[in-house]
Amino acid sequence: MSDWESVIGLEAHVQLKTRTKIFSGAPTAFGAPPNTQACAVDLALPGVLPVLNGEAVRMAIVFGLAVEGDIAERCRFDRKSYFYPDLPKGYQISQLDEPIVTGGHLDIENEDGSTKRIRLTRAHLEEDAGKSLHEDYQGKTGIDLNRAGTPLLEVVSEPELASPEEAGRYFRTLHTLVRTLGICDGNLNEGSMRCDANISVRQRGSTELGERTEIKNLNSFRFLDKALAFEIERQIDVLESGGRVERQTLLYDAERDETRPMRGKELSDDYRYFPDPDLLPVMVTESMLDEARATLPELPTAKRRRYVEELGLTDYDARWLTVDPDTATYFDAAAAASGQPKAAANWVMGDVAAAVRREEAAWTRVPVPAAQLGKLIKRIEDGSISGKIAKSLFQTLWNDGGDVDELIGSRGLKQVSDSDEIAAIVRRVIDANPAQVEQVRSGKTRVLGFLVGQAMKASGGKANPRRVSELLQEALSGDAS
Amino acid sequence: MDADLIDKLMRLAALRLEAQERELLKDNLQKIVHLIDTMQSADTDAVEPLDHPLDGVQPLRPDRVSEVVDRNRFQETAPEVRDGLYLVPRVVE
Amino acid sequence: MTVGRFATIEDIRAALKSKTTSAVELARERLDRIAASDLNSFVTVCEEDALAAAGEADKRIACQGQTGLVGVPIAHKDVFCTAGVRTTCASRMLSEFVPPYDATVVTKLRDSGAIMLGKTNMDEFAMGSSNENSYFGPVSNPWDATRVPGGSSGGSAAAVAAGLVPAATATDTGGSIRQPAALCGISGLKPTYGRVSRYGMVAFASSLDQGGPMARSAEDLRLLLQHMEGHDPLDSTSADVGPTPHETDGTGLRIGIPREYFAATVDDAAAILERLGHGRLEISLPHTAYATAAYYVVASAEASTNLSRYDGVRFGHRAESPVDLDDLYARSRSEGFGAEVKRRILTGTYALSIGYYDAYYRKAQRLRRLVRQDFLDAFETVDLILAPSTPSTAFEKGALVAPDETKDPTVMYAQDVYTVPASLAGLPALSIPCGIVDGLPVGMQIIAPHFGEDRLLSLAESFQRETDWHQRTPAVHGTNARASDTSGGRYSMEGRRGSAGSGGGAQRMQSAGPAMGRS
Repeated sequence: MSDWESVIGLEAHVQLKTRTKIFSGAPTAFGAPPNTQACAVDLALPGVLPVLNGEAVRMAIVFGLAVEGDIAERCRFDRKSYFYPDLPKGYQISQLDEPIVTGGHLDIENEDGSTKRIRLTRAHLEEDAGKSLHEDYQGKTGIDLNRAGTPLLEVVSEPELASPEEAGRYFRTLHTLVRTLGICDGNLNEGSMRCDANISVRQRGSTELGERTEIKNLNSFRFLDKALAFEIERQIDVLESGGRVERQTLLYDAERDETRPMRGKELSDDYRYFPDPDLLPVMVTESMLDEARATLPELPTAKRRRYVEELGLTDYDARWLTVDPDTATYFDAAAAASGQPKAAANWVMGDVAAAVRREEAAWTRVPVPAAQLGKLIKRIEDGSISGKIAKSLFQTLWNDGGDVDELIGSRGLKQVSDSDEIAAIVRRVIDANPAQVEQVRSGKTRVLGFLVGQAMKASGGKANPRRVSELLQEALSGDAS
Repeated sequence: MDADLIDKLMRLAALRLEAQERELLKDNLQKIVHLIDTMQSADTDAVEPLDHPLDGVQPLRPDRVSEVVDRNRFQETAPEVRDGLYLVPRVVE
Repeated sequence: MTVGRFATIEDIRAALKSKTTSAVELARERLDRIAASDLNSFVTVCEEDALAAAGEADKRIACQGQTGLVGVPIAHKDVFCTAGVRTTCASRMLSEFVPPYDATVVTKLRDSGAIMLGKTNMDEFAMGSSNENSYFGPVSNPWDATRVPGGSSGGSAAAVAAGLVPAATATDTGGSIRQPAALCGISGLKPTYGRVSRYGMVAFASSLDQGGPMARSAEDLRLLLQHMEGHDPLDSTSADVGPTPHETDGTGLRIGIPREYFAATVDDAAAILERLGHGRLEISLPHTAYATAAYYVVASAEASTNLSRYDGVRFGHRAESPVDLDDLYARSRSEGFGAEVKRRILTGTYALSIGYYDAYYRKAQRLRRLVRQDFLDAFETVDLILAPSTPSTAFEKGALVAPDETKDPTVMYAQDVYTVPASLAGLPALSIPCGIVDGLPVGMQIIAPHFGEDRLLSLAESFQRETDWHQRTPAVHGTNARASDTSGGRYSMEGRRGSAGSGGGAQRMQSAGPAMGRS
């Protein structure tokens, strides 16, 4: 095995989060009843014409800027012809010679924290096809064209990924990026991101590429990993037994965990690309670029750097918080509201994350608004409430909502820092625990903790523990003298 | 225009013809190719292809839903539908 | 009282204005004529809808007087989608297709008050120059029923020429408005590419297709264009240029006559124009010889993909009991399309396929630039170009198309030799009658720079004020000769200037060979 190395390139299909189709004004929402989101243009009825959705262009530009690719001043759409029932026009509108984005790169992070730069060949706009449903309609296939015409950004990497693990990291990095950019919802289980993988293997150290195969339509991180692992092993087996890898298009069968040659679908030996005469050249103007630049959010890499360098978070925390852009958005808001980034990070990664996991909530809809979490953290910091009270208050906020300050007030949760009041409690505790008091006095200072606990208990958890400790020590030393 | 090329074109165009019709078509296509081959004597090396008669720029549509889909109406003329799906002979991927 | 069979739209508007007739009366009369006609120029007649719409029009006229095209009966080429009315493109493939939407042109004309009487016959998917490629059978030329009306808008041309309707819509990809207009002795305008929306017009070749009007005078063409043109957000290639103005006085223009065209047939017309004070210059369009070949490559390439949507899945003809998907496609398409359509699909597939793309498709698009440049250069020195519309007058049915398809299809393609160059360049061009040879009309073509329709129409209008070729009408066959009375006198009338014909009495004015530069 170790004599071989694999070379992988990915073509990722990123569904753009536009409201309408790329060439029609029909909606793109997922999960509608069959063919209720396919208008005359999507159905390719006679005489209808495509008109390009400006938002899809804007999103492609945003992506191009984020990966530092070249954004073409002029790009063009081509027809790619093949017959398949989920392709209503008999051709797909795509971009062949003049894609909107050329070049660029994605930096992926290896296990050891080092980064590897993966160059992008291009990113182009195209339309998605419909869906073929093979459940039994009396031996027939049903065609749902709701997805037909959904805008896709096809992101093509150079064959620079060396293993299924790297390919997985690349795909995850891309996933985080397009979600951060707000151009894709990233719902893999709804097919919002799929990829085709090109794989070849070669003797370690060789500079020539072996014959490659292509696996189509991988729609989860897990399938990508398993399909690549299987295919690499298969190719090595073929080569080691003296055979030759055949250039072919494969499908990954998840049930059997194997790749097998694809039949029919989307396959042609001649797609007859030519410029679509129904569409004119797209010109990307300076003002379109400026507008896209202005809306460009902070990218994951920059965000991570800022968390470490400006907010003082650990690298681990920074990475944890930036994997999912919605988590980062929540954290940013909580950190800003609290003025305590480290504390905010602990809360987000601790109690908030636990609750999100437990309740299967979305980071965009955490029931405790980041502003309330920020206030909560502030109230701990200014001594208004104890950490323990804060934890239970967080649960209250999660379950019932409300305002931190109002709840502290109405439920009497405010920490008691008044010296007289605490002194009275301390007095009672000292009186009630003579044995422990004696132990402390004889030098067993560890027992002081027990007394503090008793005082806290007596205060219903509201006494300021620091103040309790101070007054206890004061009282005990005073008694001794 | 040999038989293999005709076969390929028929396959790409999803057409099927009886033998006699095919022969005739081959003969027709040969004449058409003869006509379009008259282009070859023109020197066009330095000429950019012209895809459109006017040098226009693609207009961009606002991302607003403008289509109301009436599935029943669209499917009135469909050859075969069930549960809102268009049906075709079983497809194997 | 009724208006004459060969009344123009202007005549009809005047009659409606003066209440000498009503929209219902007009529609009824025209519908009767259509029913009595044996030209086969209509695929579908919409009697009920037309009479209902005419009734509405009469109400409008009663309240507001006659404006726009209110109450004017027209027909649409069956390539324009009409909501709820079968739209066949004269193909078996769409023989039962009822669109759920209107073409923009149909909407605009309806909004202007025009009454659609029906859908006219055509060459299947607008591919042809004789109207013999129709699933619904050939159309006869009203001047001689044994001859073709030209194509692909043969039904519209024959219907207007025979006085069944005063005007009809049509489309022109490589000459499909101008050639049948010439062969039927009427006026037809192909506007600048992009002037008229293509939305809802079943596509043949997207970068060439252009809708336009056919009528009995240039004046009517102008009126119709006004109600058809305009930017359409549903068509990306629609031009945003505002309405065609009406400001050219049509005098003192420089008229170019291309040396590469066989222009003898327009000599007399050129002389008339000179007499009207226009200059006459010889010009050169050096790449004319390549235009037909380039046109057939580009048009077929675009058509081959435009027609891929006809697969028997969502609409259109579907083969009986397909055994598998390939069988469904191959049989539905092979049964649904006629021979000429299949030839074009295969020609286009060939021109786009690996190994041939550069030699054919790309080469043709390079030549297209050269052809356009020829015109742009010429328009540096002339205002308009005058040329023949067709290489011959109307030919016999069956002369170029045999039922068994054994004829050389490229002979028919040569019919378009004078019309395809302007199509490739996207220029506006019209054909108006300019003579009669052996009892058959001859047309002349005028070509203008992009968006120069005003100038084009102004010249045609001034020509028609000076001549009466456009008022010549065929003898009316069939049972409904009554309405031809008013024009009976005109039919025998000679032109004020001499015949524009070649004088030799030859029906074929000139073979296309030399002009095409074919070896």
